[in-house]
Amino acid sequence: MQRIGVFVCHCGTNIAATVDVKKVAETLLQEPGVVYATDYQYMCSEAGQNMIKDAIKAQNLTGVVICSCSPRMHEATFRKAVAAVGMNPYMLEVANIREQCSWIHKNIEEATEKAIILGRAAVAKVHLNAPLIAGQTPVTKRALVIGGGIAGIQCALDIADAGYQVDIVEKEPTVGGKMTKIDKTFPTLDCSSCILTPKMVDVAQNENIKIYSYSEVESVKGFVGNFTVGIKRKARYVKEDICTGCGLCTEKCPQKKVPNDYNLGLDTKRAIYIPFAQAVPKVATIDADYCTMLKTGKCGVCSKICTAGAIDYTQQDEHLEEQYGAIVVATGYNPIKLDAFDEFAYSQSPDVVTSLEFERLMSASGPNGGHLVRPSDHKEPKTIVFVQCVGSRSTVECGKPYCSKICCMYTCKHAMLCREKYPDTEVYVFYIDVRTPGKNYDEFYRRAVEEYDVHYIKGMVGKVCPEGDKLKVQASDLLTNEQLHIDADMVVLAAAIEADKSARPLATLLTASMDTNDFFTEAHAKLRPVESPTAGVFLAGCAQGPKDIPETVTQAGACASKVIGLLAKDHLVGNPCVAHSDEMMCNGCSTCANVCPYGAITYETKDFSRRKDGTLMRRVASVNPAVCQGCGCCTVACPSGAMDLYGFSTKQIMSEVDAICK
Amino acid sequence: MQEAMIARAKELLADGSVSRVMGWKKGEFSYDISPAVFENADQLVDFVYDDFCGANVSKYLINESKKEGKILAFLKPCDSYSFAQLLKEHRIDREKVYVIGIPSYGKADINKIRAKGIDGVLGIKSEGTDFIVDTIYGEEKIAKFEAMSERCLTCKSKKHVDVDEMMGEEGEWNAESKRFDKVAELEAMTPDERFEFWRGELSRCIRCNACRNVCPACTCVSCVFDNPNSDINNKAAASSFEENMFHIIRAFHVAGRCTDCGECSRVCPQNIPLHLLNRKFIKDINELYGQYQAGANADEKYPMVNFTFDDCEPGIVYKRGGNQ
Ligand SMILES: Cc1cc2nc3c(=O)[nH]c(=O)nc-3n(C[C@H](O)[C@H](O)[C@H](O)COP(=O)(O)OP(=O)(O)OC[C@H]3O[C@@H](n4cnc5c(N)ncnc54)[C@H](O)[C@@H]3O)c2cc1C
Ligand code: SF4
Ligand code: SF4
Ligand code: SF4
Ligand code: SF4
Ligand code: SF4
Repeated sequence: MQRIGVFVCHCGTNIAATVDVKKVAETLLQEPGVVYATDYQYMCSEAGQNMIKDAIKAQNLTGVVICSCSPRMHEATFRKAVAAVGMNPYMLEVANIREQCSWIHKNIEEATEKAIILGRAAVAKVHLNAPLIAGQTPVTKRALVIGGGIAGIQCALDIADAGYQVDIVEKEPTVGGKMTKIDKTFPTLDCSSCILTPKMVDVAQNENIKIYSYSEVESVKGFVGNFTVGIKRKARYVKEDICTGCGLCTEKCPQKKVPNDYNLGLDTKRAIYIPFAQAVPKVATIDADYCTMLKTGKCGVCSKICTAGAIDYTQQDEHLEEQYGAIVVATGYNPIKLDAFDEFAYSQSPDVVTSLEFERLMSASGPNGGHLVRPSDHKEPKTIVFVQCVGSRSTVECGKPYCSKICCMYTCKHAMLCREKYPDTEVYVFYIDVRTPGKNYDEFYRRAVEEYDVHYIKGMVGKVCPEGDKLKVQASDLLTNEQLHIDADMVVLAAAIEADKSARPLATLLTASMDTNDFFTEAHAKLRPVESPTAGVFLAGCAQGPKDIPETVTQAGACASKVIGLLAKDHLVGNPCVAHSDEMMCNGCSTCANVCPYGAITYETKDFSRRKDGTLMRRVASVNPAVCQGCGCCTVACPSGAMDLYGFSTKQIMSEVDAICK
Repeated sequence: MQEAMIARAKELLADGSVSRVMGWKKGEFSYDISPAVFENADQLVDFVYDDFCGANVSKYLINESKKEGKILAFLKPCDSYSFAQLLKEHRIDREKVYVIGIPSYGKADINKIRAKGIDGVLGIKSEGTDFIVDTIYGEEKIAKFEAMSERCLTCKSKKHVDVDEMMGEEGEWNAESKRFDKVAELEAMTPDERFEFWRGELSRCIRCNACRNVCPACTCVSCVFDNPNSDINNKAAASSFEENMFHIIRAFHVAGRCTDCGECSRVCPQNIPLHLLNRKFIKDINELYGQYQAGANADEKYPMVNFTFDDCEPGIVYKRGGNQ
């Protein structure tokens, strides 16, 4: 028989106002095995913890039940406390009489009765508890960063700076992400490349950082501290270690009609290309969809031009496996496709562009060397209409319900830059609200309105009609209650941004959770904003939600510090509440392995021969305790009941249920 | 057919391809047929294959395939689904079994024959759409649709799943099968009516465990109902409602794995239509997760242990009125 002590917490008035804590303690003292019961104002305080410790010693307790807040809050605190006086921490149970009782009931009598029942269930469980000892697993001291935008770059640099190895897996031929496409950056208007390029160079040169560009994550096995990640290096048909990045091939390739995705399709590139001058790694890549040699076997110009001999038309995708202790998701965002927003004539006129395309049109490395002209006839636009919130804060199906957060600021930037460079242009901005919180952000916006005479109009554009060489814009001004008709030369749409399409399948590989908009969810929205609920997986940048560069960099740094905290440990203490299969009952049917989300279950064929029956070999399940997360899926799926969970055995749970139903 | 099967079995025994044969033999009465293992050619004198051979032999292959040497098994189409399902669950060593597929045109149900007042049955023959029943009082003719077992009348497939060799004609999947009609009838009842229906049926259960023991999906090394740690192992029921729980638990355990072979209903001494419980699950799985036939495909994960993004949301239960 256990000797159980019950400790009922008032939680100030959080519990005590609705639950008669004295009565709970008195009643539970009558339960079999309970030799001590008391109540106290704050059980988690030092005095409260000492009370528990003293009672364990004085009463020779073998088990403890705390009736308090959710175990998510303070189970660890209390476990530590009992362990300090020599009790196995798994001999303690927490009955949640706050979140699941006092907070949701008004009637004292009812709440008290429920608290007693919950306490009784915990006592019933403790009777069946057995000491458990957590195992330890070593930590692989290397981090993986998925996505090489500014978030991934900053995070990798910070981790590497602390002396740990970091690999970056980037699906594009170069790192840099969206920042490489942006011209100037708000609120200071410094050039995006100028601030990004040094960081890209740092990443390339850092001894601790390895870049897998043009690569994707294919598989993820293992668990915090011990991930095994399968990486696919897509064939670029150029030997990365030999190519010097001279770019001769990209000038001589006869296949010139390849849409240039760096310029968002606003101009063309060759079938062999280096995305832009500052690309990292600076090596050429062949676009297999367009290369004549790869498609027809005839051409081979680039291989003749390349004096280094880097071209290899026979290159295949390479698959490798690497070990990591921590994984950072920094897969960023993309502007949404605007095909469904027909009213803005995006697919009808080349002069209706997205804001990101506008960045390219303004950029010195863009299709026109930074001279702003209309894509249709290369004339300078005299009237430009900017439309904010295209697809953001939208209730229609093709849009996004959230605010994309950055559009107000970059539209303001665009408007200001137009007026600055081309003072004779009329610039209109249509907005629902202008949201500019942030250091120096509202000042930035006011400058656009007050100093640069940008026409900010509250209202939405109803329709854009291409007519002749004009874009007829119909809109309403909600403040003057007027219908407006503007003959514009260009229309710029601030398209909502969304998570990268590859994020959802990646989340599945990582067993990391996402919200309905495919942004990765954090372990706690306020208190653990850079960790995913999946241990060992961390979040940086727009993969977690829309944000601008300063915020991205801040988050990436925070994320790095969490990763460093993990990698600095030599061992991780495991969770002893793991599954185990009773091989005498196991059928080897694979049901459990099919449902295990962590791949913790493997099978062995074991000898069960008995002299009486001759040889008998049986396939049985075995759980890797280091991989098992104790989720319990297998225990309920197992038909024979061979699977059970330490600390949450079927018997323990049934005894709790029995105690509740008594 | 029987003679051809014996001849082929003898050949395979003689050339050493197999060392045992799994088939059927008569019990005390001609309709009292049970699965049997024949260790050599001489024993095959007792081998029978006729229209009473409804018993599904797949389950026996679990233990048989653990023994020395290869065994020859004759599988009817429905048996072959159970066989393939067991392969999927790693319960049978495929290498140790040589499978010959045999056609089945519907097996007779002795209860239905008796109900027609035919007694003293000595044997059975099939003749077109009739069974010719040999009795101590002479031959009797009975239309097949009146004497066939329910599962054969609603046969899902005359096509085999995984055989090494076919004897006789291979058939087709029967898309026209009316096997869910009775389930639909039950679904149309009010919850109270349905509860009464099942209480009426299940309250007759004597907990002989025959349904579990014959079921090729119930092959656990140690069944939960025999496991003292499971808290549900009591054989003597404290109330009749516990018997109902036995069937509900069993139905859940075989959900997604039951091939609808119909053995449970065949062996039940109380004639409880157990297959209706399983068919309800099969029908639901088909409707909620797309057509799925247990045993039809050895590699596919069954919907109950699989997750896809297209899976229905749990809220479907409420939409279907399951919260009443
Ligand atoms: C028009 C426009 C103008 C802007 N102007 C400014 C500005 O002036 N100032 C400012 O502060 N912010 C600005 N922003 C916001 C800025 O672009 C973002 O804050 C920043 O780029 C976010 O960085 P990131 O690394 O999170 O994402 P990204 O830059 O999107 O980087 C993500 C990287 O991950 C890679 N990737 C994605 N999926 C995978 C995968 N599965 N495997 C491997 N790699 C993957 C992508 O290829 C990409 O390289 C602007 C945005 C837009 C649209
Ligand atoms: S409890 Fe079972 S299903 Fe869950 S992780 Fe452990 S082995 Fe896998
Ligand atoms: S589900 Fe149960 S019986 Fe089947 S392999 Fe897993 S532990 Fe064994
Ligand atoms: S539950 Fe009945 S029908 Fe289903 S596999 Fe078992 S015996 Fe056959
Ligand atoms: S009832 Fe369940 S535990 Fe028992 S044999 Fe059938 S599947 Fe296994
Ligand atoms: S065979 Fe029939 S009587 Fe026997 S346990 Fe099953 S349902 Fe009950």
